[in-house]
Amino acid sequence: MKNSILKFTFWKVVAVIIIVAGLYSAFIRFTQGLGASTNLSDAFPWGLWIGFDMLCGVGLAAGGFAICAVTHIFNVEKFKPLARPAILTAFLGYILAVCGLMFDLGRPWAIWHAIIMWNTHSVMFEVAWCVMLYSTVLFLEFFPVVLERFKLPKILKIIKRVSIPIMMLGILLSTLHQSSLGSLYLIMPEKMHPLWYSPLLPVFFYLSAISTGFAMVIFEAFLSARAYNHGLKLNLLSACSFISIIFIIINFTLKIVYLSMSGKLQYLLILSPVTYLFYLEILIGTIVPAFFLSSRKFREDKKYLYFSSVFIISGFLLNRINVSITSLAAMSKASYFPSITEISVTMMLVVIGMWAFKLIIQNFPVFSEELELEKPVSVIESISKPLTLSE
Amino acid sequence: MIKQKGMLYDVTLCVGCGSCYNACKEQNKLPATNKDYLKDHLSDKTFTVIEQYGELYSRKNCMHCKEPACVSVCPVGAFTKTELGPVIYDVNKCIGCRYCMQACPHKVPRYEWTSLNPRVRKCILCYDRLKKGLPTACSEACPTGATLFGDLDDLVIEAKKRLKENPSTYYQSIYGLKDAGGSSILVISPVPFEQLGFTSHLPGEPLPKLTANAMEKIPGVVSVGALCLGGLYWLTKRKNEIAKEERLQKKESRSHEK
Repeated sequence: MKNSILKFTFWKVVAVIIIVAGLYSAFIRFTQGLGASTNLSDAFPWGLWIGFDMLCGVGLAAGGFAICAVTHIFNVEKFKPLARPAILTAFLGYILAVCGLMFDLGRPWAIWHAIIMWNTHSVMFEVAWCVMLYSTVLFLEFFPVVLERFKLPKILKIIKRVSIPIMMLGILLSTLHQSSLGSLYLIMPEKMHPLWYSPLLPVFFYLSAISTGFAMVIFEAFLSARAYNHGLKLNLLSACSFISIIFIIINFTLKIVYLSMSGKLQYLLILSPVTYLFYLEILIGTIVPAFFLSSRKFREDKKYLYFSSVFIISGFLLNRINVSITSLAAMSKASYFPSITEISVTMMLVVIGMWAFKLIIQNFPVFSEELELEKPVSVIESISKPLTLSE
Repeated sequence: MIKQKGMLYDVTLCVGCGSCYNACKEQNKLPATNKDYLKDHLSDKTFTVIEQYGELYSRKNCMHCKEPACVSVCPVGAFTKTELGPVIYDVNKCIGCRYCMQACPHKVPRYEWTSLNPRVRKCILCYDRLKKGLPTACSEACPTGATLFGDLDDLVIEAKKRLKENPSTYYQSIYGLKDAGGSSILVISPVPFEQLGFTSHLPGEPLPKLTANAMEKIPGVVSVGALCLGGLYWLTKRKNEIAKEERLQKKESRSHEK
């Protein structure tokens, strides 16, 4: 017991240091500008804040829509315990991605322009609208948890009526912008390394977002189970891992088919750090998890399941960084490595996200057995009247 | 009908005197950035440069594409391709995402990195002068006629004529005629363009087409997706209900048997 308190304090100190450093970096960014605080340049205008905070933040949040589709559209009831944590992660993920964007934009105070100044040819315009709408959807999807906590059955009843259309809208919006984050790069064929550029980028982004979404569900379930001692629903998690690996294999097959059809396989033979990074991405994101998760024995083993999810997530992160940074740096004379300021702002956002997740699951019924939304309203009223809801 | 304007830059005529560089600085009220203009590079304070490649000079500035990537990618429509030809920028719309810089095939737009209220900066083909019927400042300053201003259609004819009349002098291609869908700036030179620092191997079709190919699938994805989701929801729900009823019936029949 004493040990766990000590460990907790250690991480608390680390978190505080990261946040203080992040706040200082934020101060530098907003008082001295992008030039002084980042390693961005005319030759390399998008860096870590787009490549990691935006692309990875939104991608890792894909668990929210993926699980919702399984539980509320395909009506696979047994997955319902996983829905709320996934929706919460997604909501936090989007908020943090938008926070990261506020650092990256040169004129962040003008971000609302996207609402009234339209350019329908722009992928980024589409992404902006999808992210705005989907964040609202996520809020509505998570709102019942808040209503339950504060015992407000009447509003809950209204939300319940519109929950299915809202979830469908959420899935459609996610499909659009998860793929469109890949479409952002379609317009720069000559600027990107051929191993990553592909007209199929939106498809790759979409498929990998789904597989990583499920991996994130597994990863969070393990972390929160360890921290709060609720039981692990291993059969559900291994089912998640199975869905994840199916999408990974489809994605990988498509990639290889594309590379061979477009005559790009030769680039795999050019041995350079860039090619090694491509191999590394495939190794940790595809081969290692495929090896473990294709066997039922490993898939139902806690340890392998956990490590496979970590590998899938790492492979995903490397892929997004490779698309947004490596592939561009490889083709231009400019080099880029994020500055301390960029890194520390990113770390601060990650820490804030984890801290918020922790705080919310401590105070709201996130890990409750099923969505109260699904119970008849009379039942909801009967639960919420007596003071039986535990803290 | 308004005729599109443009410029023809003939490398064989350029003597690298720097008149265009200075005229541009003056016209756009830009501060001095380098004592030796030949060593300067495009920046938020320099919209055109002259680069030296051996005995040849190569001038760089915004190409003013016919279907510009910057115009198509800007989420708030801060860039406009005007009827006269210039691609202009409206800072009052800009949110500072820098997608224009990321997307530009000619790597032209520059950013005010040191400013807290940063703008994207680039050549705007002296749009204000063009509106008054004046030529660009750089072409007016050019003493040798290396930078020629005129109606784009006439310039294309002129460039083709020069290539045809002096096949031994010119590399037989016009940069900007088809590259990335074509532009309002045309370049002719005695050597292949990549030797003068131009981006070669650009697709022949406008780059925004690549994005449009993906974007035009959106309505289909949304409608088919909505139908599939609705259908699957209905099917799976019905399936669950039937399963539940069957379970109930079994229970009932069992209790009847008892």
